[in-house]
Amino acid sequence: MSLDYVKFSGGFEKFMPKEYRDMVEHGPFGKKISVSQMGSFKEILEEHPMCAGCAMTLFIRLAIIAFPNPEDTITVGTAGCGRLAISQAAIPFVYGNYGDQNGVASGLSRGLRLRFGDKPKDVVVMAGDGGTADIGFQQVLHSWFRKERFTTIMLDNEVYGNTGGQESGMTNRGAVLKMAPLGKKFEKMDMLQMAKVAGCAYVATVVPNNPRRVESVIKKAVLIAREVGSTYIQAYTSCNIEYAIPTDKVMEDAKTVENDRYQFTEYVSDEAKQYLTERYGYKDYLPKAAAPAAAIPTKA
Amino acid sequence: MSEALEAEQKTNPQGDPITSVAAPKPAEAAGARKDPHAEAKRQKVVTPEYLFLEAPRTKEFITGSEAAKEAVRRSNVDLAIAYPITPQSETMQLIGVLYGEGYVKEYYRGEEEVGVMAAMAGGSRAGVRCFTATAGPGTLRGLEGIASWPGHRLPIVAMFTCRVVNAPLAIQPDNIEVAYLLNSGMIVFHAENQQDMYDFILAGFTISEKNDVTLPVGVCCDGFFVTHARGYVRMQDRSMKLPPRDAWRGAVPVLDAENPPARLSRDAPVQKSNFMAYNIHAVWQQEVWAAVERSRKYINQYMGGLLTAENVEDAEAVIIASGSAAAQSREAVRICAEKGIKIGLIKVRSIRPFPTQELRKLCGKAKLIVVPEFNYVGWLAKEVATAIYGYSNAKIIGGPRVYGGQSMPVELIVDEVESGLTGKKSSNVAQSSIMGGAVNQDDVAHFMRSI
Repeated sequence: MSLDYVKFSGGFEKFMPKEYRDMVEHGPFGKKISVSQMGSFKEILEEHPMCAGCAMTLFIRLAIIAFPNPEDTITVGTAGCGRLAISQAAIPFVYGNYGDQNGVASGLSRGLRLRFGDKPKDVVVMAGDGGTADIGFQQVLHSWFRKERFTTIMLDNEVYGNTGGQESGMTNRGAVLKMAPLGKKFEKMDMLQMAKVAGCAYVATVVPNNPRRVESVIKKAVLIAREVGSTYIQAYTSCNIEYAIPTDKVMEDAKTVENDRYQFTEYVSDEAKQYLTERYGYKDYLPKAAAPAAAIPTKA
Repeated sequence: MSEALEAEQKTNPQGDPITSVAAPKPAEAAGARKDPHAEAKRQKVVTPEYLFLEAPRTKEFITGSEAAKEAVRRSNVDLAIAYPITPQSETMQLIGVLYGEGYVKEYYRGEEEVGVMAAMAGGSRAGVRCFTATAGPGTLRGLEGIASWPGHRLPIVAMFTCRVVNAPLAIQPDNIEVAYLLNSGMIVFHAENQQDMYDFILAGFTISEKNDVTLPVGVCCDGFFVTHARGYVRMQDRSMKLPPRDAWRGAVPVLDAENPPARLSRDAPVQKSNFMAYNIHAVWQQEVWAAVERSRKYINQYMGGLLTAENVEDAEAVIIASGSAAAQSREAVRICAEKGIKIGLIKVRSIRPFPTQELRKLCGKAKLIVVPEFNYVGWLAKEVATAIYGYSNAKIIGGPRVYGGQSMPVELIVDEVESGLTGKKSSNVAQSSIMGGAVNQDDVAHFMRSI
């Protein structure tokens, strides 16, 4: 049904704007596409007003490519840099009030389930570290405790980028930023641990310099959120402006941070493993076949 | 509808509000298990016109919270979200009972009011019919969200059981929170009693979802006086309900990915400082308030008018009141009439939109207007004075006012009518809250400044 909105009405093809025709003819709707094909299809998010060298933008593009059913996906966000890009995408985006994204997504996903039953209508929250860990903290945690069935993605640039570089709860201890003139006095908040404590069925960290991994975790998170429960992805998406990272060093920085505090971690609940295996044919979680004794190499 | 109506149905035979789903009776538990949703499933959809204007009604003696419950039972509500705060808690508990019985499809206890109002917005954007209730500090806590609903064009019905909001904390009745809702762009009704509570909620859903309105409706009442006290409520049979929300009918598309992509705050330029941004936001505010104006015809159609007027023709004194103050004023009118005073009563039901034209017509000949209120700031007196300025030469007494939980003795109102007509100085209302007529304008400068 929803694929209808990315089709032309008969006779109108030649009058449609080029962008729209490209989206219909070369877009990802209703097709199976992968990040490895980037450049060969029209992306749902292409034009945006983000800064040159912004790693967050790359991450958002990768994340949207990874959505399993983009034509049936609704994104929710809040104030911050991310929404400047997300709002340009060719899928619906809710930009509500400050830090209310997980509350909005709770009502939205429940409402969509009432109307569409089992037909997947994926709700994906993408908000910054301030939006998720500071102003939206209460609604984020409560949505997880309630096991609301949608995905929360934190775009963690470790700073309030959009308002000009203030300390956030996700800033590292000691970092000197606006509103932290003497350096931040407490540790980066451990939202991963909190997600697990609050009962998320899937928790992962990711950096944008590994597109295949971004694709893999986003897909799993969205699929698990359809039926099992809340899922959380925390992505390092540096702010090259506020942290003065030269544009050509952004990926290098991501690699450094990955080795430091953003090593890949992935938690999948047993229920989620079973669900991915049975419903979507994931093989990673099948019981490992015990190595036969005969296979132990013996020296001849 | 086909079943004969009982003369008086008892929803609540044991006297206390039922706040949990009743345990199955032994006979039911032993025998075939009864479907707890059976009665809800048998409900039949009827048109709003039939429900409001034609359907027979029976009378019950119930609390305001129970009246709200009975209205929601017949409103085909999809999603209700609860959070406790006195004096509202009982209302949303009772809605929880409706959820257990299958009359409300989805329900949960939210984290607090910011989260609840956000989730209401999410549900409404998904295209389902949403209901919540809060009070006083909860209203103000949720106000960022509530004030954004009109701009997002979200049909939602929210009930406000008004209470004190100032420090030190108190749970008592005081309707000052209405003043905060009046400028939000939502439609605001003020219920006098349990009957109004019932009627305004039912009508609220219908008006809220009209295409040329597509706005949230706030149904206010004075806490405790209405929520916890009982009154007679005439209700249609519970086998009937309103038609469901038609998601496609709104003025803006819902976000269900069935329509072309809709974005709220689509482009960065719409948020930044440039003339296009100013223009877009200015036009949108005009449109929201134009939608408030367009709701008048539906309020007239389904609620019988934005106000009710009793004995106003030929009256030399008119009391204008809303909510519980209207109930007290009705008694004051009776006492004044016994004393031979020609007096009428205007009860304002809809504060937004405000019945400006109606008041101008009704107040043209009055010599005295008294506006009693359950709040310190006198929001209704200011609305009345602004509406009739230049259309009436009446002296307007902005009072008496009670607040912080005080009750309003009818004698206070009677005193104002008598002293107002005789020119005697009032002992209850400050000179600065009196305007119009032959009063000294210097004395009322404060009142004029605060309009």
